Amino acid sequence: MKINERFYPILATLAVLVLLYGYGIFEHRAFSDTYVLGALLTDNAFLIITAVGMTFVILSGGIDLSVGSMIAFIGVLMAELVSGFGMHPVLAALISLIVGSAFGAFMGVIIAKFDIQPFIITLAGMFFLRGICFLINLDSVPIDHPFVAAFSGFKVPLPGRGWLTASALLMLATVIGGVVIAHYTRFGRNVYAIGGDRHSAELLGIPVDSTIIRVYTLSGFFSALSGVVFAFYTASAYPLAAVGVELDAIAAVVIGGTLLTGGMGFVMGTFFGGIIMGVIQTLIAFDGSLNSWWTKIMIGALLFGFIVLQRLITRSFSGMRAGAT
Amino acid sequence: MSNAVLSVRGAGKFFPGVKALEDVDFDLEAGEIHALLGENGAGKSTLIKVITGVHPRDAGAVLLDGQEIHPQHPGDAQGLGISTVYQEVNLVPTLSVAENLMLERQTRKFGLISWKKTEADAKAALDTLGLDIDVNRPLGSYSVAIQQLVAIARAVALDAKVLILDEPTASLDGEEIQTLFRIMRELRAKGLGIVFVTHFLDQVYAVTDRITVLRNGRLVGTFVTRELAQIDLINHMLGRELAEVSAHRHQDEGNYNGPIRQIQIKNLGKKRVLEPVSLDLKAGEIVGLAGLLGSGRTELSELVFGTQRADSGLVFLDGEPVMLRSPRHAIRSGFGLCPEDRKQDGIVAELSVRENIVLALQGRRGWLRPIPRAEQQQFADDMIMALGIATPDSEKPVGQLSGGNQQKVILARWLVSKPILLILDEPTRGIDVGAHADIIKLIKELCDEGLALLVASSELEEIVAFADRVAVMRDREKVSELVGAEITQDNIIEAIAR
Repeated sequence: MKINERFYPILATLAVLVLLYGYGIFEHRAFSDTYVLGALLTDNAFLIITAVGMTFVILSGGIDLSVGSMIAFIGVLMAELVSGFGMHPVLAALISLIVGSAFGAFMGVIIAKFDIQPFIITLAGMFFLRGICFLINLDSVPIDHPFVAAFSGFKVPLPGRGWLTASALLMLATVIGGVVIAHYTRFGRNVYAIGGDRHSAELLGIPVDSTIIRVYTLSGFFSALSGVVFAFYTASAYPLAAVGVELDAIAAVVIGGTLLTGGMGFVMGTFFGGIIMGVIQTLIAFDGSLNSWWTKIMIGALLFGFIVLQRLITRSFSGMRAGAT
Repeated sequence: MSNAVLSVRGAGKFFPGVKALEDVDFDLEAGEIHALLGENGAGKSTLIKVITGVHPRDAGAVLLDGQEIHPQHPGDAQGLGISTVYQEVNLVPTLSVAENLMLERQTRKFGLISWKKTEADAKAALDTLGLDIDVNRPLGSYSVAIQQLVAIARAVALDAKVLILDEPTASLDGEEIQTLFRIMRELRAKGLGIVFVTHFLDQVYAVTDRITVLRNGRLVGTFVTRELAQIDLINHMLGRELAEVSAHRHQDEGNYNGPIRQIQIKNLGKKRVLEPVSLDLKAGEIVGLAGLLGSGRTELSELVFGTQRADSGLVFLDGEPVMLRSPRHAIRSGFGLCPEDRKQDGIVAELSVRENIVLALQGRRGWLRPIPRAEQQQFADDMIMALGIATPDSEKPVGQLSGGNQQKVILARWLVSKPILLILDEPTRGIDVGAHADIIKLIKELCDEGLALLVASSELEEIVAFADRVAVMRDREKVSELVGAEITQDNIIEAIAR
């Protein structure tokens, strides 16, 4: 049986992941240890959580540049709520999630109702949130609370020397949640439809505006969750944290096989994409002789490859409008 | 008309400067296939947009099963039972066939989509049309014909009472068209009312029960297909209620005495676009291009201007072959084209009248030699005077002018670049009556100044009024050439229908 065209990009992603991981195991014996896997999942947890939200945005044909600033803003907000107001971190996290979702919804309303390029609105959101960080706090501050210490201390052992941290578990839960929303809800399918051809989606009777608002709300929620995880994981807050994470998230989504123009892709692919970026980083750290900027070079090369691959697949489609490719 | 599932009464739609639809009645019975015919700009698509809620109507009523409806957008109309399938398939190419069929209607279990059931439902919907394809593959991986059938299947599955097919056959081959017709007949037997918009007259006779013809936004009439001869149909479509214009130009009436430049089109053609056409033009002569929509009128204009590249034949200017690889080459050789779709291909709406007028001249001179501002101003002022362009000043953005004045600006653009051959594709489309007469007068004056003019038009009385010679096109081929006294509407219609 012919493999469905829709799976080509994610199969390519999986192949790259297997090749890179296999190379790591072949070159460095320690690479096969579950310790490396556990570290990969933990270190990239906040990136992958954001990237899951970004997947929905990109699937809908949009972009969200505000997520990096959101992570820093949520960190600073958490620190203020916990240290300044003496709030319990769980309550602070809940408030943070609500604030993040509300800000995402706000951007979504502007994008949908005024029909404005998401690039420019989320760029404004990026500057705005980063600025607010400095309004609350200028320096790096610790988040001191027994619960935070417990969170970063929590570990589920894996066979071998590795373990899963709370961050990694939260990230895995997010990925599963993302898969369910994307593939098993009408909202998720509507996101794909809008990204595939917005005009047609409208004619097919899909509520385009409300779906777009929900997409940015979801991205706000996931980036806020990522900010919470980041704050717990580092037990500190810094206004200049997570600079450029929005671009890393976009890279993870694209390497994960999602069409940058929207309509095709998988949340699972984004997970693989984020892990691939982590594996490249780990490989370069293991090597020791290479400068860490090689990570960027490798990721850049991968992006080139994946974008051309996507183009080749969609170009074979008939009835694909110029605007939709 | 007791049986009418869809009735339109006195529908009107007005755009600034244009009455796109005026006092149109239309009745569709359950269980009939009803052709909606007319040339470009006749109001077919406006009528459909009014029925489906893309445009709010400015006058009249739309009744579905006797109840007045006010759909706000196509989704509304679809919910009421009016589904539309467009020539450009309005489905999502990146989604699977099953999803396109079941979007917003997926079967859910515990709030989550059950893919098994959804796919089975999709298969069942396709079965009703006798279509057996893998519903999991992306829609875009199938041919346009299949995509169109999927769109129809979706409409049928939505319990449509009225199915509107807007030019569905334009990109289908013979066998696919037969499949479509079979499905249309089956749906008719099930009691659906089908509106069929097309410009292929043989298909109209093959499959429809009744025909409604529109022209210039008005209803010409509704006819029973069996009782309407093709020549009468063409008569209705092209229209001739205007008296034959007596101011007929003959070759010897031209007032031009300058050097005679010759343009010869020899066997110019392109596979699947235009059969090779030969046509001679010379300075001071107007050649009309007549034919129905899709007959090859526009295609010939585009090949001569280099918008499309010909794969056979040559164009000679005074005996020398001309390079026609792109519009740029054509402009360098002294050709100009006023395109059919003024808004899309003609004006640059944001630029001022002056900037639009100097555009072609500047292009011809090359960007390294800018035209001095004073000279630009001179050109613009001269042209506004000469052509009577109604604009407060030369700095107004062209997009804010009326259709007729926009057309004059495009004419002015070519006039300042002093072309040898000017091609006008539907120069009077969407222009009000007053400006219409102005444009025709201008065309005649241009000819007297020594331009060779090639004018494609679907309005026969217009062609008869100004052309020295008429090339008649049919099915992407030149079928006849009429000269002098032979140029009458009757002769042209006969050549088209033959």
